[in-house]
Amino acid sequence: MTDKSWPLWEVFIRTRNGLAHRHVGSVHAVDATMALHAARDTYTRRGEGLSVWVVPSASITASDPADKDMMFEPTATKIYRHPTFYEIPDEVGHM
Amino acid sequence: MTDTPLLHYTLRLADTALILGHRLSEWVGHSPVIEEDLAFGNMGLDLIGQARSLYSYAGEIEGKGRDEDALAYLRDAGDYRNILLVEQPNGDFATTMVRQLLYAAFAHPYFETLTHSSDATLAAVAAKAAKEMAYHLRHSAEWTIRLGDGTDESHARAQAAVDELWPYTGEMFECDEIERALVEAGVAVDPATLRARWDKTISEVLSEATLSRPDNGYMQSGGRVGRHSEHLGHILSELQFLQRAYPGATW
Amino acid sequence: MYTQALNSQDSAAHTAKEDPQAEARFQARIDAEEKIEPNDWMPAAYRRTLTRQIAQHAHSEIVGMLPEGNWITRAPSLKRKAALLAKVQDEGGHGAYLYAAAETLGTSREEMEDQLLSGAAKYSSIFNYPTLSWADIGIIGWLVDGAAIMNQIPLCRCSYGPYARAMVRVCKEESFHQRQGYEIMLALCKGTPAQKAMAQEALDRWWWPVLMMFGPPDKDSQHTESAMRWKIKRFTNDELRQKFIDATIPQGHFLGLTFPDPALKFNDTTGHWDYGDIDWVEFKQVVAGNGPCNRQRMAQRRAAHEAGGWVREAANAYARKRQQRAAMSIAAE
Repeated sequence: MTDKSWPLWEVFIRTRNGLAHRHVGSVHAVDATMALHAARDTYTRRGEGLSVWVVPSASITASDPADKDMMFEPTATKIYRHPTFYEIPDEVGHM
Repeated sequence: MTDTPLLHYTLRLADTALILGHRLSEWVGHSPVIEEDLAFGNMGLDLIGQARSLYSYAGEIEGKGRDEDALAYLRDAGDYRNILLVEQPNGDFATTMVRQLLYAAFAHPYFETLTHSSDATLAAVAAKAAKEMAYHLRHSAEWTIRLGDGTDESHARAQAAVDELWPYTGEMFECDEIERALVEAGVAVDPATLRARWDKTISEVLSEATLSRPDNGYMQSGGRVGRHSEHLGHILSELQFLQRAYPGATW
Repeated sequence: MYTQALNSQDSAAHTAKEDPQAEARFQARIDAEEKIEPNDWMPAAYRRTLTRQIAQHAHSEIVGMLPEGNWITRAPSLKRKAALLAKVQDEGGHGAYLYAAAETLGTSREEMEDQLLSGAAKYSSIFNYPTLSWADIGIIGWLVDGAAIMNQIPLCRCSYGPYARAMVRVCKEESFHQRQGYEIMLALCKGTPAQKAMAQEALDRWWWPVLMMFGPPDKDSQHTESAMRWKIKRFTNDELRQKFIDATIPQGHFLGLTFPDPALKFNDTTGHWDYGDIDWVEFKQVVAGNGPCNRQRMAQRRAAHEAGGWVREAANAYARKRQQRAAMSIAAE
């Protein structure tokens, strides 16, 4: 980064109360305060936001796609975690 | 009902909002970073929106069938009543941000107070404008602090902007007989009551920005009664060009 | 965005010798309409093509602010002024979304901006034409944005996730642009004879350059084949151009305007409008830097970039000072 460029921030917006913040994109800003301003000006021009989070992009640790099998495959066979695995007679009603 | 104090007053508010909005719109596409293009766009749109509501109301008060465009596009500089501060050229980024700070630090509490106006339309416009100006104040203050306490160059530019624009700040607090009557009727805000709050805001921001506050010397004045700087004529010659070149056309 | 360091490691590790098995797996994912995400393995050529295309798209949005911005201060009514300002601001927003999408491929916005300012990167040829009258603002909304939407809707399904997501956002916002442009044209065409003439004159100047926006004819287009295979692109230049013409001609006739193409004729057999030959010599010249406004647009971008240098520097200096002060106050405790 040269002296004239600014760091990258990831922007998360809550569009309605009751919903989780959702990733919408990123902005360049010199610090957290200005990142919030930039996020507001860039991503909420049409009333999309009630709350904004900004996170330095460099602070995000992501799983490596190469580890996908190790990370996520083992759960695929554990079907007993799902309610449909268990048979309950219809007469019992909704459970 | 012509040229009543209320009409005069509403046009002052409208013209100030339009001219500052016009100035900010000149930045879009030319800012230091895209994020600031968007910020200028938002602030410009806020101000143009305020102007439109106020012009429509002025047209109603006047009752001669002039709409927002007739008022914005077909009055000459001598009939414009904006304060001189907002017609000053954009200059560099520091000049624009400091101008925004000086105005927003006034306009934010002004519109907050105007929400209590006995005039329901003005109170409603003020309620919206107060929220908008709160953001303008926050944004321009943050920038002024960063420029003032940034590099030697940015400090010098920010200080030059403060010094250059300071003589235009006195006009915001003037209250002539036109407004005095409205203040007494509970319609308008007495700007003198906002002086202490403005002083405090500006002193805090300038101090955090390591900028020095100029002395209140001789203040420029006259915009609110139609005596402008040379700049306004050029703004209007652009703004009004199409309406003047094609009289009576609908766009 | 996300972890750029991981992206560049990926390209260093895998692209020196492209692994045919990895490439086959990659193509299988594309064929299955799976999205590719930033840290996934991808062929170096896919990364290069996408970076170039997204950056070019972003540059077009940013340079595109200039011809329309040229009329913000002269818009003929407050309603038009607000709409135009909001629209030009949107273009800036779209540039920002797209730079962010391209950054996920490992190239920083700064590098992309440098490529634009040095002339190494291209942007849409259309923005090298001047906006000479208010009708040009109507034409840009109606035709230039109309053409852009034709091009962009399929991009919402592009195989690269961040690009596709940015395009969904862009398309949602763009829908007002074309309508505001057409409304400007409607007002002019219903207006005085001078206004109608202004509208016709603008259409005469812009029609052919707009058709050139879709790029060279398929027989001469270099990038189409791999871009289609990778689902970066889903229709060819000529297909999109035809689609645009078919949609636009009736809109122009509704306005009572004449298109400056004597060969324009509805073909009952194909169900499409036939059109005359496009002047590809002019197109090549504009792309090569010889359009009416190339030098002016670049000069304006460079001037803004240079004039903003001290601002970006000042903000960084302030951020550093604040970090130092925070560190000192912790040390003092």
